[in-house]
Order: sequence, then structure tokens, then C-alpha cells
Amino acid sequence: MINVLLFAGLQEKVGKSEILVDKDILTIDELVSHIREIESRLDLTNVMVAVNEELVNDPDQVIRAGDTVALLPPVSGG
Amino acid sequence: MAKHFYITKEPIDINSVVEKVIHPHAGAINTFIGTVREMTNGKRTLFLEYDAYIPMAEKKLEQIGSEINNRWKETRVSIVHRIGRLEISDFAVVIAVSTPHRADSYEASRYAIERIKEIVPIWKKEHWEDGEEWIGDQLEKTAYPSGRPGKEHLYD
Repeated sequence: MINVLLFAGLQEKVGKSEILVDKDILTIDELVSHIREIESRLDLTNVMVAVNEELVNDPDQVIRAGDTVALLPPVSGG
Repeated sequence: MAKHFYITKEPIDINSVVEKVIHPHAGAINTFIGTVREMTNGKRTLFLEYDAYIPMAEKKLEQIGSEINNRWKETRVSIVHRIGRLEISDFAVVIAVSTPHRADSYEASRYAIERIKEIVPIWKKEHWEDGEEWIGDQLEKTAYPSGRPGKEHLYD
């Protein structure tokens, strides 16, 4: 099981702060496709994935159960 | 020692941020205060709401501090960003940078706010009279299209 944290607009759209993905191992690319299937309301355009609080730019990077995964829309702080 | 880089839900006390960078070797302390603006492109903001991925945001603020330490000698940096509901003129972010000489303090302070807008996972929601919207990509630099990662300016 992998918990995927949601923030800002994504969180509002889904109505909860995390999505549970029923997998123990998958790549970033597979994760994004999977979330598109289970949460089709979500617009993941320009959304980035952070694993263990670092952005990941390799779509083939593997995520395992226990990793902290987050979907990050483009930031707008300051 | 109290944290130099953090996210808070409370109003930011500027003095407490400045005090963190006071040092005998410093000849300048530059402070930057980002405040909530009422008018943007002719549209009136009623209030803002900020959300953050707090642990990562604090880590990224700390990273900005390290980047500044590497670029400018003998700097001390503290950055505090507020989240939650903020009214017009509230302080959203306070940055304090101390350096031996003033030129570096201006440059480093500018660097800090620009980096915040690039790499720190904080999001702003505008509330207008006729609607609301989470704001993204203020820099108009694209992340990756359709969820697939690519070359990106955020990675260091």
C-alpha cells in the first residue's frame, strides 16, 4: 500500500488529503497513470511527484510501500 | 537553537526572524517581507489562503539557506512562511539575511525570494469577490507536461 499525499487544488478536488494506492511497487509513470484511472477528476497536468520529500524527475524511478509520496502542483508561495 | 527555516500558521514576528541572523561579523541585515496584495491586474483580492507540504517546504527553505551560504560568504539566513488564511497586508513571508557587506545582503535576499517561488511546495489560493482559484506556476516555467517528468529547473 502506498499513501499519496495531496495538497491545494488536488486535495480540494478529491475531498481528502491522501489517496491510497493498492500496490507495493511501481514506477512514477505507473503511479501517475494509476491515479489518472482511479481519480479521473484530477487534472495532473504540470503536477510533479515527490518521493520522500524530494522531487523526482525520472519517470522510471521505482516507488515502494513505505515511501512518502506526494503530488505537487506548480508552487505559488512567497 | 530555534529553527531558522519554518512554516507557521501564526502571524510572523519580524524581530524574531531578524534576531536569528544577528552576528558580530555582519555589517548588514537585509529583510524582505512579502505581503498580501489587494489588487492584481485590476482584480480585487478579498483574502488569500496558503497551503504547504510542511516537512518538505521546511527542508527546501533550509536548502535555500545552504545555497546562499555557498554563494555568498559568511551569510546567515532565516526564512519564515505563513500559511492558512491571510488578510490584505498580512505578512506571508519574512526573509532576513545578514552578511559582512551590504551588497551581498541585497543579492542574497533577492535570491531567497526567487528560489521560494521555484522550489518550495507552498500554494496560494486567491479569493475574489466573484470566485476563487489555486494559483500555480507564477513564474510561467513549465514543470512537466501531462504528469510525465522531464527536464526541470527545480532539481539541485
